[in-house]
Amino acid sequence: MAEHETHEFDVIVIGAGGAGLRAAIEAQAQGARTAIICKSLLGKAHTVMAEGGVAAALGTVYSEDNWEVHFRDTMRGGKMLNNWRMARIHAQEAPERVLELEDWGALFDRTEEGRILQRDFGGHRYARLAHVGDRTGLEMIRILQQKAVAMDIDVFMETTIVRLLKDGDRIAGAFGYRRESGKFVEFKSPAVVLATGGVGKAYKVTSNSWEYTGDGHALGLWAGADLIDMEFVQFHPTGMVWPPSVMGILVTEGVRGDGGILRNGSDERFMFGYIPEMFRAETADDEEEADRWYTDRKGARRPPDLLPRDEVARAIVAEIKEGRGTPHGGVYLDIASRRDPEYITRRLPGMYHQFKELADVDITKEPMEVGPTCHYMMGGLKVDAETAAATVDGLFAAGEVAGGMHGANRLGGNSLSDLLVFGCRAGRGAADYARAVDVRPEASANQTEEVAREALEPFERTDGENPYLLQQRLQDKMQALVGIIRVEDELKKGLDALGELKQRAGRVTAEGNRLYNPGWHLALDLRSLLATSEAIALAALERKESRGAQTREDFPQTDPELGKINIVLRMKNGEPYVDRSPLEPLPQDLRSVVERSL
Amino acid sequence: MNTKTAENRDGLAASVRPRFQTLRRDRWWRAPLVTVVVLVGFIVYGTWVAFANEHYFTDPYLSPFYSPCLASNCAHVTLPVIGDWWTLSPALLILPFPLGFRLTCYYYRKAYYRGFWLSPPACAVTEPHRRYTGETRFPLILQNIHRYFFYLAIPFPIILFVDGIRAFSFPDGFGMGLGTLILLVNAGLLGAYTLSCHSCRHLCGGHVDVFSRSPVRSRLWLFVSRLNVRHGEIAWVSLFGVALTDVYVRLVSTGVISDPRFF
Amino acid sequence: MGDPSTVTMRIWRGDTNGGGFEDHDVEVSSGEVVLDVLHRIQATQAPDLAVRWNCKAGRCGSCSAEVNGVPRLTCMTRMSILDPAEPITVAPMRTFPIIKDLVTDVSYNYEMSKRVPPFRPKPKPPDGHRMFQEDIERVQEFRKCIECFLCQNVCHVIRDHEENKPHFAGPRMFIRYAELEMHPLDSGDRRDLLQEEMGLGLCNITKCCSEVCPEDIHITDNAIIPLKERVVDRKYDPIVWLGKAIKGRRSGRAE
Repeated sequence: MAEHETHEFDVIVIGAGGAGLRAAIEAQAQGARTAIICKSLLGKAHTVMAEGGVAAALGTVYSEDNWEVHFRDTMRGGKMLNNWRMARIHAQEAPERVLELEDWGALFDRTEEGRILQRDFGGHRYARLAHVGDRTGLEMIRILQQKAVAMDIDVFMETTIVRLLKDGDRIAGAFGYRRESGKFVEFKSPAVVLATGGVGKAYKVTSNSWEYTGDGHALGLWAGADLIDMEFVQFHPTGMVWPPSVMGILVTEGVRGDGGILRNGSDERFMFGYIPEMFRAETADDEEEADRWYTDRKGARRPPDLLPRDEVARAIVAEIKEGRGTPHGGVYLDIASRRDPEYITRRLPGMYHQFKELADVDITKEPMEVGPTCHYMMGGLKVDAETAAATVDGLFAAGEVAGGMHGANRLGGNSLSDLLVFGCRAGRGAADYARAVDVRPEASANQTEEVAREALEPFERTDGENPYLLQQRLQDKMQALVGIIRVEDELKKGLDALGELKQRAGRVTAEGNRLYNPGWHLALDLRSLLATSEAIALAALERKESRGAQTREDFPQTDPELGKINIVLRMKNGEPYVDRSPLEPLPQDLRSVVERSL
Repeated sequence: MNTKTAENRDGLAASVRPRFQTLRRDRWWRAPLVTVVVLVGFIVYGTWVAFANEHYFTDPYLSPFYSPCLASNCAHVTLPVIGDWWTLSPALLILPFPLGFRLTCYYYRKAYYRGFWLSPPACAVTEPHRRYTGETRFPLILQNIHRYFFYLAIPFPIILFVDGIRAFSFPDGFGMGLGTLILLVNAGLLGAYTLSCHSCRHLCGGHVDVFSRSPVRSRLWLFVSRLNVRHGEIAWVSLFGVALTDVYVRLVSTGVISDPRFF
Repeated sequence: MGDPSTVTMRIWRGDTNGGGFEDHDVEVSSGEVVLDVLHRIQATQAPDLAVRWNCKAGRCGSCSAEVNGVPRLTCMTRMSILDPAEPITVAPMRTFPIIKDLVTDVSYNYEMSKRVPPFRPKPKPPDGHRMFQEDIERVQEFRKCIECFLCQNVCHVIRDHEENKPHFAGPRMFIRYAELEMHPLDSGDRRDLLQEEMGLGLCNITKCCSEVCPEDIHITDNAIIPLKERVVDRKYDPIVWLGKAIKGRRSGRAE
């Protein structure tokens, strides 16, 4: 396998979503020769699916808003499990990063005064989401994409990385294949930024695309990095449930931010029955107060429909489980009866279009049917808050693939700001690191040869497993056994099933040749999908409590002791190993910020 | 199961592609065909009318093909700027302007490029030409002068509106007939067609980048933009309007029908 | 869920060496889109069937193809609008070189995108930029573009005339030029470039780009024609033109 294409860079960024693009822009700006490697075409990454907005305490709508309030909301939303250094940097730097986009040409919706308009979202005390209708992610990715192109950053499109290369304990580059031709390609680089997003494709009902196979989590794990918080998988409360072929497609939280409410099959606004203690003081007690809040922020408290996502998702699951669901097994999300059609189509054009085209539902006339859908991975590589450096020299991570920022549950809008803030920091961290390297690391040839040989094995089997069916089975098992509501013996069954699937994945087969062969691509993706799924199940089993996105039926309470630790996953003798690491305690000044009642 | 038909989607140079090749199943040829039939019909009728030089006026109605009537040989002179040396049909003096306006109109261009030039006949249907230079060379580069035809076309709906007002003034005094209404509607349609023009939209405010600093232009642009969305429909309706108005005047003038009076 | 029924999908299979249509009989359930059916064929009949796709929600613009001859996003084309009595043809976009099956090489678009002179902001006032909703709404329409390249694919200027590709930016890029030219904060002027190198004059406004746009962007009316008018402002004012003619310059494309 001596022959393959080779490229040398100072920094390579794997992933071309918001975090990857922002990292590459920063690394290039710092003088590092930078390349972006992405599985899809440029500009197709999952960031385009982000709808509602980017959270930043700009204070354009409510001057009371500032980074401290944003920090407070983020920590409370994350059930205090967040890396507070990251949460602080995030809240402090988000406004700057958003305004910078405007300097690059972004056009956010405006206030009457000509400033950036901000919208309400779950868990945010003030209207804080800068947005462009319901296609904020698209705007961001275009602006970043065009900026990267204008800076002449090299982009390797439709290229999948299958392994990180190492020289001793240091990162030495990455190895992968071009999807188009199936040919192998090696990138030699002292610094690698992972910005690969999440692992939504491990679940059957998901808002994520095929790309979301946990590549970065697995690449990091295999390279020796620590993963934290893997048990926290966010199920977005509102995904489409009908027709079956569109199940899981996201319905933005902006619907609720703009006045939409949840009702069960018996037409009750059930969320009033699910207000947790932590949020009782700032949530409306009755419908009258909740409705008043949209126009009177001082005199009324926010509706429970806008509680953080984990609370709302759990409430919906409970309603459906108790037989109060809709005919298609969801609940109603109703904006039609509450806002006029002109307002709905102006504020939520994408949603209007999506329901009209895919479900024959006119959201200005009838309620939507929605249910939870796998949406976001809070867990990921353990990173340094300042530099985004992972626990392996030369490895950096930003965006969804990095852990710690969101704790046990992410607030809506915080992912777009996360990827800007930490994308930028990862780019700078990687460029600084690359600059400081005096002897460039060199990966041994046998590393690439081994990876290449393994990657081609599916072609050699004539009678093996069908990768599509294996993925379907994986999704079924994860959905059923490691889903929203978890219990010990199901998790164990899930791990058994994953073990069996790992065996079968070793016998997976690919038909045809290497030219743009999706069956083969999936066969390779299955390995990272399985590794990441296993990490989720192991971490979920280890955390014997309910907190944020982790709901354990057998441990329904929150355990204060477990609030002081992260569950860590790392490789040990070729097998994943579960460990715990203490959280750095919150300093007193920040504690008082978080405990402030507003 | 594998019934392969020989067709390579790649590398088929335009010159060797079969004409009108498409995988479309709908009746894509209907729209260009209708365009050709209607436009040819109008051209034939219009040419005949322009040269006919009779039956274009019956007091108080003047056919739009002959308004404004500028030669002294007119049956009903609007403005005698041309002396009696002009012996041809007075319609020929004025028709080039609206004709040029419509010929260079962005909407009609689409219609006749598709219908007559088959360039392309319909979307995703191969066009029959080997070379294509669009509007980059003479004569088609002249399409860019559309806005000057727009300037020249502005007076027409106004004059036709005045004709409509005059059509209240019958030989027996003030009144209103069906013809009066037809003339006014025709003037209105032509006005809408002229106002909804893409060049008009640009000149009103399309060239502005910061609307908040030009509130008047902004409003004007918004108004014209709303009309402009319907420019294609208005183009057809106003074309029929002109022809039917002429037919009406002609029929009244030749005595085939009599003009019903409202009062 | 409605009863599954069986349809015949006639899919173009092949690569740079050639290919042709292949029939696959496949089950379809109610509510499904063409992409669902392609996925079912992948999972059960042809694991190496190459299809490009991402979000499956009409937001990323990856799954463009020609369904029964009409350029469409396969994820937004419901099976129920297609006549099941006849085989449903799915072909790759024809304007771009084939890679394999339904996947084409769309790099032409990325090359043209690189040639767009980037956003050049006006100096920032000390208290930051101010823009109002009415200033940005026109440009926001263009920003809805998901880069599915269906407009580029359907445009006969390059679909039927490969030789025009080097000097024709295409409808997608014209929207991009329009969004920059009409951006309230941009200070650049790309009109000469548009007319002389990007082939704005090649567009004969036959509007197929607008017809196929899945985002319903009025590409021709709101971007291309206004750009043409802006070029007229600069280049085809007859008085300026006359001056140029006297100096001995001929009309036509300036290079």
